[in-house]
Amino acid sequence: MSAYCSRWTLRFLNRLCVSGLAKTNNKHVQHFSSQTSPSVQVCIVGSGPAGFYTAQHLLKSHKGIHVDIFEKLPVPFGLVRFGVAPDHPEVKNVINTFTQTAHLERCEFFGNVTIGSDITMEELKMAYHAVILCYGAEGSRSLGVPGEKLSGVYSAKDFVGWYNGLPANKDLNPDLSSDAVVILGQGNVALDVARILLSPVELLKKTDITQASLDSVAASKIKRVVIVGRRGPLQVACTIKELREMVNLPGTKPVLDRRDFEGIKDALKDIARPRKRLTELLMKVAMEEPSGRDAERWAAASQEWSLRFLRSPIKILPTADGKKVAGIRFAVTTLEGSGENAKAVLTGQEEEVSCGLIVSSIGYKSLPIDDGVPFDETQGVIPNDMGRVCQTPGLYCSGWVKRGPTGVIATTMNDSFETARCVLEDIDSRVLDCSMAKPGHHALRGLLEKRGVTPVSFSGWEKIDALEVTRGDEIGKPREKLLDVQEMLQLARA
Amino acid sequence: MPTSTMLGRGMAVVLKSSLSPLLTCSAETGRTKTSCRLWMNPRPRRLFAESMSLCTTAGVSHSEVDQDSDKNVINVVFVDRSGQRIPVKAKVGDNALHLAHKHGIDLEGACEASLACSTCHVYVSDAFYDKLPEPDEREEDMLDMAPLLQENSRLGCQVILTPELDGIELTLPKITRNFYVDGHKPASH
Repeated sequence: MSAYCSRWTLRFLNRLCVSGLAKTNNKHVQHFSSQTSPSVQVCIVGSGPAGFYTAQHLLKSHKGIHVDIFEKLPVPFGLVRFGVAPDHPEVKNVINTFTQTAHLERCEFFGNVTIGSDITMEELKMAYHAVILCYGAEGSRSLGVPGEKLSGVYSAKDFVGWYNGLPANKDLNPDLSSDAVVILGQGNVALDVARILLSPVELLKKTDITQASLDSVAASKIKRVVIVGRRGPLQVACTIKELREMVNLPGTKPVLDRRDFEGIKDALKDIARPRKRLTELLMKVAMEEPSGRDAERWAAASQEWSLRFLRSPIKILPTADGKKVAGIRFAVTTLEGSGENAKAVLTGQEEEVSCGLIVSSIGYKSLPIDDGVPFDETQGVIPNDMGRVCQTPGLYCSGWVKRGPTGVIATTMNDSFETARCVLEDIDSRVLDCSMAKPGHHALRGLLEKRGVTPVSFSGWEKIDALEVTRGDEIGKPREKLLDVQEMLQLARA
Repeated sequence: MPTSTMLGRGMAVVLKSSLSPLLTCSAETGRTKTSCRLWMNPRPRRLFAESMSLCTTAGVSHSEVDQDSDKNVINVVFVDRSGQRIPVKAKVGDNALHLAHKHGIDLEGACEASLACSTCHVYVSDAFYDKLPEPDEREEDMLDMAPLLQENSRLGCQVILTPELDGIELTLPKITRNFYVDGHKPASH
């Protein structure tokens, strides 16, 4: 150990003792002692895939970094827990990797802490050498049409939150008693919602869907789900895995209009492979005679789903008493230009569809976190250069708040590694000044206590996790999620 | 700080890593495994960071390979994201994701070889691409989501090593440096 390091460590420990923080547990003391340079204190805001992948790369690449992860909810993993569909448990395996990261000596989880109200951005910047914003996109793009607030109209974010046990959406209780549902948007979230509404209950009851949602879906009267896009078949935003799941859904028949696909074959020559394979699958379903097995299955189906193209919502229509949704009016559009950048322009024609439930799945939206953090309202992102927040040294971002709410976990992983590499470069080049010791969470615990906020540690989460798994086990599910924040907090503190 | 504390910790970590396999067990089962068991009982299996770096010998993996006869061992070269070539010995029957993890190569396997992500995407050297069995539909569907997809792309978890793959090169894709939403131009820092 260099003389510099031991002097530094002693000075740091003295300071901790003076400030009454001598109770610091051993693991930190050991960590500081083993470094050849002062420890770099990094704070990550948000514990979804962006937060955990950024933390993972930093911790793996630099042994002198300590990472604290702050999360608004008592429970970690963001959209892996609250976004990924319950019938995609294999996608959630990534939680195992995140859990390893959380168990590392140099990583600490603080659940139940809201940055912006419990702790300000200014306080974070004082306590850490670098702050990385990974808080995702917790808003939804609005339709901006009359009737959007009617009962029976939901954002996909809330609807998904409801069946996935997001505490804020636990009382959504959507009315599933009508026979027709319209989903606006043709991305993977739209297909997730359609699939959950149409899946056989025998399949869903083996997933971690909340029991209340499962009961609702079991009693549902829905026979028809119409999935509507403003543009054409070559612009659908879903990926092929999700589309194939819809095509193969038991008890349900796909209804695609072959006229929508006439002339599309010529365009296939010049497009990239993923779009090509996706379009070929759509065309197969729309234009070819189904194989024996599919024909049999579809003939026996009691439910159906369809894709409607070139329709832009202009008004949500109420029931006679004005209280509920009764349907939706679309403007028929046509495409200007071609490919991914084609624009939908109105033709002047209109069309109405009756339905008792509308789920708007036209995109998530990031929200600004604090006046001190730049935010691009038009793009809905924090302006950044490869994750370095513009004009704000020491501040970084990863994930949806960095690049917009699109892409799969692999995309967020690469994007988070990129941000982490920028942080590492800045440490090396001393753009990030780490010469002064920073207190990290030691400076924040007192503030939190004074403000009546009790953080949930990772072991606190593991108590919640264990109970959820036990409750699930009793009814043949992988877990039964707790829905109430107070219940989570009580359990974590027990 | 007393040196004994440091030593004590270092030893403890090495001990931990030699007792518990540094392997992602799930990868061993190969193709299309359901993952309920993992999901119900999420326990860390791969100790990637501190333990790996403190373990100065590659102990577990080498001894495992050495015990096998030559015909069950092939040569594989990983080319990492910086372009560095990393030659390793591999057991026939192993998959490339598992092999990468054994040797501390930065290939993620987010879904643990259950064909639900594309984080173990690799490029297979031309001479060997055709020696692999055709990817099945589920792998193709996942490849469609892989950033920087090429003609010779495969998922590492689906590349099962056989004697005829002796000499195969697997290249990790360079991570792209442009994730901006349409129209956004990166501004200077």
